[in-house]
Amino acid sequence: MTERPDPYAPSGVWRTLESGAAGLLALLWVLPLAYAVWAAFHPAEFTTRFVLLAPLTLENFERAWAAAPFARYFLNTFILVTLILACQLVLCTLAAYAFARYAFIGSNVAFALVLAQLMIMPDVLIVENYRTMSRMGIIDTIPAIALPYVASAFGIFLLRQTFKTVPKELDDAARVEGATPLQVLLKVYVPLAKPIYVAYGLVSVSYHWNNFLWPLIVTNSVEARPLTVGLQVFSSGDQGIDWAVICAATLMTSAPLLLGFLLFQRQFVQSFMRAGIR
Amino acid sequence: MTSRLTATIHGWLLLLPAMALLALFTHWPAVATFIDSFYSTPRPRRPARFIGLDNYATIAADPVFWRSLWNNLIFAAGTIPISIALAIVMALWVNDRIAGRTAIRMAYFTPTVLPMIAVANIWLFFYTPQYGLLEQVTGALGFSSHNWLGSQDTALAAVTVVAIWKEAGFFMIFYLAALQSISPSLAEAAALEGASRWTFFRRVQFPLLMPTTLFVLVNAVINAFRMVDHIIVMTRGGPDNATTLLLYYIYQVGFNFWDTTYAASLTTVLLALLALAAFIQYGVLERRIHYR
Repeated sequence: MTERPDPYAPSGVWRTLESGAAGLLALLWVLPLAYAVWAAFHPAEFTTRFVLLAPLTLENFERAWAAAPFARYFLNTFILVTLILACQLVLCTLAAYAFARYAFIGSNVAFALVLAQLMIMPDVLIVENYRTMSRMGIIDTIPAIALPYVASAFGIFLLRQTFKTVPKELDDAARVEGATPLQVLLKVYVPLAKPIYVAYGLVSVSYHWNNFLWPLIVTNSVEARPLTVGLQVFSSGDQGIDWAVICAATLMTSAPLLLGFLLFQRQFVQSFMRAGIR
Repeated sequence: MTSRLTATIHGWLLLLPAMALLALFTHWPAVATFIDSFYSTPRPRRPARFIGLDNYATIAADPVFWRSLWNNLIFAAGTIPISIALAIVMALWVNDRIAGRTAIRMAYFTPTVLPMIAVANIWLFFYTPQYGLLEQVTGALGFSSHNWLGSQDTALAAVTVVAIWKEAGFFMIFYLAALQSISPSLAEAAALEGASRWTFFRRVQFPLLMPTTLFVLVNAVINAFRMVDHIIVMTRGGPDNATTLLLYYIYQVGFNFWDTTYAASLTTVLLALLALAAFIQYGVLERRIHYR
């Protein structure tokens, strides 16, 4: 497909004006982040003094790293997002396959019950879910953070829409060859849905890396706390207002996602698009 | 007949793990929230008892509840239209072949991948009296010092700005995808008819973006009632409940005051609001979009 000229593409002065306005807004949009980078990499006395040749330092990062068990928090968050994603992929794949290819009794009711979660989100049901977790005796554990999110209506819906586009003939052909339903799922459907899995994976990982309220409620020890909660405990604690150190800690917690985003910008943007369009 | 039976057994078996977890952590809690709202909170030596609508009577007479509801409506009225309008403008700009569009698109989208809790810390610093960047700028321009988060008048607006900043780039992505799927021949036809760019946007692009707008609107409404991370970091609902949102109030009642059944009643109100919003969006708006 060759690109056809857009008759409404701005030209001349208009193009300059539009580029300028868009650039200005972009500058405004990265300003908070740029400010945090400035504060984190300079000694505290330059936090609000913008001198071009201010000395660079990594001391703020060292102090933040030493002041709180960030290594443990990183590990916890890593375990958390991996656990959630792995369980989500298995459960959502199975459920989506049922909805896409089985004309079973009660499927409409079941689908409506799944979609109900899009409105009644786990984020809102914090009081009851906390009681459930304490009855199960798993308060302050990583599984307690993960459990409410594992059966994801969004994931089931997304994969169902994708599986429905797989030609029925491929499915039939595999069955004629003697494949069991699960083999068909693994050999035909899953490989064809790979881009959607990547998209869903990126959305899920960034959501749970950043999730805060529920982990804050169910955890109260270093052993279970994810990064976001750890950062909050750190920055609201007896740290005072040493902004340079807090900015360093803030950048540290966002760094993996931010670096991933900068490196795989296209995939990120396309994944969020794919996940939203269906 | 037997094949339908087999399909049903297989279907439900495949569904079983997901359904069990949904029942345990979505359906049952929703029902239990509703039931609990009719009971008193159990205390040591005073077990829970049925109190009918007492909790709801308390809500009706609770000034903090009304304040948080009002705050939340203002927060929604601020974040939803502004972030959607900004998202459309951003998408139109990035869709045109302007200079540095890749970098600009990246700048708009970056807040989406950052944890709200982390960026709220940065914004907190931004707003800090005397020391923060905002103060330095307004100070250099000769304005008097102002405590943005500490003042009743500006605290809610200050946290609303953070929410808009966080969301607009995320919504832009969906508009960008929709704009790119509009056939270029429409623009050619409109140009032949001599339509101005504004007319082309208003009569062609904007109507074609309506399904995207509905999708984004649903997300924006849900987010307006779900976003509380930045409140916890920046203001803790203060000053004097000026920034208390509904979910934050539920969190406070449930986990600071440990009044669980009152928190359950508040949750029921929030769920009813979300249901109402969903009804309006799907029942009313969607019909208008399709039949226009």
